[in-house]
Amino acid sequence: MSLLSNTAVLLGKELRTEFRSRELLTTTAVFILVVLIMFSFAINPTAEESRAFGPGLLWLAILFAASLMLQPCFLREQTNDTLSSLRLAVSDPFAIFLAKLAANTFFLLLTELLMLPFFAVFYNIPVLPQLPYLLLILFLGSLGVSVAGTALSAISAQARMRELLLPLLLLPILTPILVVSAIVTVKLLDRDPVVEWKGIGFLALFDVVFLTALWLFGEYLLEE
Amino acid sequence: MPTALRFENIDKRYEGLYALRGISLEIAAGECVALAGRNGSGKTTLLRVASRLVRPSAGTLSFPEAATPSAARCGYVAHSTMVYDELTAEENLVLFARLQNVEQPAARAEGLLREVGLYDRRSSLVQTFSRGMRQRIAIARALLHQPSILLLDEPATGLDPHGFSWLAQSLRNLSASGCTIVMSLHGESEISALATRAVRLDAGKVVADTKSGASLHSILSFEGA
Repeated sequence: MSLLSNTAVLLGKELRTEFRSRELLTTTAVFILVVLIMFSFAINPTAEESRAFGPGLLWLAILFAASLMLQPCFLREQTNDTLSSLRLAVSDPFAIFLAKLAANTFFLLLTELLMLPFFAVFYNIPVLPQLPYLLLILFLGSLGVSVAGTALSAISAQARMRELLLPLLLLPILTPILVVSAIVTVKLLDRDPVVEWKGIGFLALFDVVFLTALWLFGEYLLEE
Repeated sequence: MPTALRFENIDKRYEGLYALRGISLEIAAGECVALAGRNGSGKTTLLRVASRLVRPSAGTLSFPEAATPSAARCGYVAHSTMVYDELTAEENLVLFARLQNVEQPAARAEGLLREVGLYDRRSSLVQTFSRGMRQRIAIARALLHQPSILLLDEPATGLDPHGFSWLAQSLRNLSASGCTIVMSLHGESEISALATRAVRLDAGKVVADTKSGASLHSILSFEGA
């Protein structure tokens, strides 16, 4: 109970500070939009090429944007050593991670939802008919990115060269998510749509495995 | 008096360097201990170990009065303010009060804001505060859950004479109410006068520990070699 109430209080703080500054949301949304537009102009794909490559480009843009978004996740806590005050205040340190990853997933999903109409227009791919399944894939993929990214952000925040370290650690670990999400999305947005349940199951499994690891070892990541 | 805080052969190493070496101290409930020593002598590390933010490399820290270490109600004021610049003074206090399951968090935050003299600035972001005001909010945060053990790392940093007197009076009240206080200090002051015991650290070791008036004065005033 205390874990959930602490998580809810901390999530409220994360949302309040972000909606007050809108730093992460603006940066991430602009980044994804710019990447999608640049790819669209650079490749100038036909309708078939769009269906084949568009989803992969979308996920690549999401992944790069996520690495931008996750960078300040724990750096914010270092400015005034607020991570220490949080560790002293909460009964279970996992609450700190849960709140961070819930906020990161929410911000990432919100950005993706904002970008989806642009993606549909620039790549001429109708997304509305498959929207429920697409949302499920975006949610599971974003959750995976956030879980792994939040853990790695905690590790890299205490390291030297922290700005370089996070993308270096994050991108290889998230390669399976990128590959599977892209494949599942390609099949879903095909002219003959197929819901690739095996791929969706893999995304869910990835999320569960990383979430369990974070629950088991998270406390050690926060120690000095 | 029962023991509130016990350090047994505590070592703390950072990349092979000893910040603390073989520290053994028993601090009685209600005691007001002043930690003295030059920069780098281990005062901050000892306080961080006591707050359980830092795990010792060797030795044991215990809180005999508490059922479990996590049940010990410790308040900690560090060098940094440990509050969010991007939140208001009131939001910060309510946030930490809620996390610590303080009853009526808003009322407790309001009471402390009045006590530390920041009630009129309760809706201002902490990033707009002066160093002294930040220190006041840092102290208020540490007092939210009415700690039974208060750990203070150079608590007078940035305070003006009025703030200094306020802090001295607050610590006097806390001490009178039975709160155990451990604070690192430099030199003698109105605050060090509250100490009932002085411990001097040098190179991570306890080199002097006294409760007697004259020796206490000598340890606190000794900032040289």
